[in-house]
Amino acid sequence: MPDRISIFAKVYTFIASDPAQFITVLQEHLLYLVLIPVSLAILVAVPLGILATRYKWIEKIALGVTSMLQTIPSLALLALMIVMGLGIGYKPAITALFLYSLLPILRNTFIGIRNVDPALKEAATGMGMTNMQRLRMVELPLAFSVIMAGIRTATVTCIGTGTLAAYVGAGGLGVFIVRGLQLFRNYMLIAGAVPAAVMALTADFLLGKLEYALIPRGLKNDNQ
Amino acid sequence: MVRFENITKKYNNVAVVNNLNLEIKEGELVTLIGPSGCGKTTSLKMVNRLIDPTSGTIYVNGEDIMRQDPVQLRRGIGYVIQQIGLFPNMTIAQNVAVVSKLQGWNKEKQIARVKELLEMVGMDPASYMARYPKELSGGQQQRIGVLRALAANPKIILMDEPFGALDPITRDQLQGELKKLQAQLRKTIIFVTHDMDEALKLADRIVLMRDGEIVQTASPDEILRNPADKFVASFLGKDRLLRSPDAVKVEEVMISDPVTIEYNRGLAEALERMRMRHVDGLMVVDDLEHLVGVLSVKNLQADLKKGGTIEKYIVPHPAAVKTGQTVREAVHLMAQYNVGYLPVIDEDNKLRGLMTRSSLVDILTDVMWPGLDAPHELLPATEKEVV
Repeated sequence: MPDRISIFAKVYTFIASDPAQFITVLQEHLLYLVLIPVSLAILVAVPLGILATRYKWIEKIALGVTSMLQTIPSLALLALMIVMGLGIGYKPAITALFLYSLLPILRNTFIGIRNVDPALKEAATGMGMTNMQRLRMVELPLAFSVIMAGIRTATVTCIGTGTLAAYVGAGGLGVFIVRGLQLFRNYMLIAGAVPAAVMALTADFLLGKLEYALIPRGLKNDNQ
Repeated sequence: MVRFENITKKYNNVAVVNNLNLEIKEGELVTLIGPSGCGKTTSLKMVNRLIDPTSGTIYVNGEDIMRQDPVQLRRGIGYVIQQIGLFPNMTIAQNVAVVSKLQGWNKEKQIARVKELLEMVGMDPASYMARYPKELSGGQQQRIGVLRALAANPKIILMDEPFGALDPITRDQLQGELKKLQAQLRKTIIFVTHDMDEALKLADRIVLMRDGEIVQTASPDEILRNPADKFVASFLGKDRLLRSPDAVKVEEVMISDPVTIEYNRGLAEALERMRMRHVDGLMVVDDLEHLVGVLSVKNLQADLKKGGTIEKYIVPHPAAVKTGQTVREAVHLMAQYNVGYLPVIDEDNKLRGLMTRSSLVDILTDVMWPGLDAPHELLPATEKEVV
């Protein structure tokens, strides 16, 4: 029991001894290992998911490739990036996490739009909406929460997998974890792992709030 | 206004619509009706190009629709579907205004139109405009569905089983409202349904389809009086045909198993049979079921204690109708001979059934309360009228 208390005390002392360093890894983690890869993935996967609902061949290729990427172990994917000439640092980490985020976002965009009630799609077309108008006015609003769920999954995955990015020199909370493992210093490991877990939970919670704020009132569940 | 010319639609070489020719005039409400798979919905969806025909031409306002931009074409044609299809992410006002918005009306004009339409169906704009579809009942939602189709003032409206998913009472209400609206607005409406009552109630003209072809095109009255063939008659249903006494044959309404007795039976047996079946008269037949006469309990009463056969108590029937004669003719005979029943016989004088006053009551009931089943369990008792 006194042992455990001392560990948390050690974690606190460790963070408090150099708060600037802690803030830096936190920022690195959030920016390079979450915000940038997830934003890039949204920019690519959402349009691709939309196209996949329109063209069968895009559906096959896009879903096939992203599913395959997802099967590569994260550490291996990071290593692969270095081998493929991206060197070490942020670049391989951002690329790997970007690739990792594609599938959940792409799949949810595709499913979200495809599952919009066909009667609504037909009503929209039958009333004289163009393909783009139908997408903008009907399909995207209705698929929004499913797409958001994909983005939440991607975000949480990136926060967790991002801790491995320290191995390729990308910084982030993983730095504490890797160093803690190498030096057998549990307090250091915890100083990286616990904030990462808290970050994941917080991000999921905040994105949930954002989603609820953004969906039209007509689609909200009253019991939420 | 809308003209189908030699329209054929094939899927995998199977024609679901086969060489359809139909002209719908301005201001006319035409129902396309038939069993599922008859091609009615396919025909409808070809008008706003949700489906393109395999061959043939459809003219809207005299113009070949294949030469028009489908998006522009659709904005000029109202569309109401069975699933209602209100956009759940939009308010009622936004839903109604969708097409006018697509057509680039300014905001004030859109809102003014929404208010006007809501008032037209008695929905208070102030309390409904900002609501969302899920906050409305099914009937209210489809009212909005109809208003949405009317919003941009299209001349033509397509309705694909619009009231099919509603409960009977709401359906009836909305049919009534549509009829009122149509009397006022005189749109050209193509209305697909599989419900004959609905078609009879709403249509100026009914187009009955089967296997992708038109079987009959006629006004509701005409189709009831002269169904083109057996298929049409069966689709109309026996119940509805009863409404016209000229069209109904006696064998459709007669009691088909009247209580009979052979002419050489004993008195006691005759009495027992009357008692068992709760009737006070029997149709007397010979061995080959030829009608011989009638036997009434009144004539027996004096000699109840005596034995013997019924032969000398048989009285000839005053009148009989033949199978194939109409109910109207039967009514005339009943009035002429002042009787409450008529035996129904065939060409060979064989007894086939019995017309009674209560058979006629059933017909009347059907006229006044369509759909109500005849009270079959009462039929044996009503045979008491045989006197």
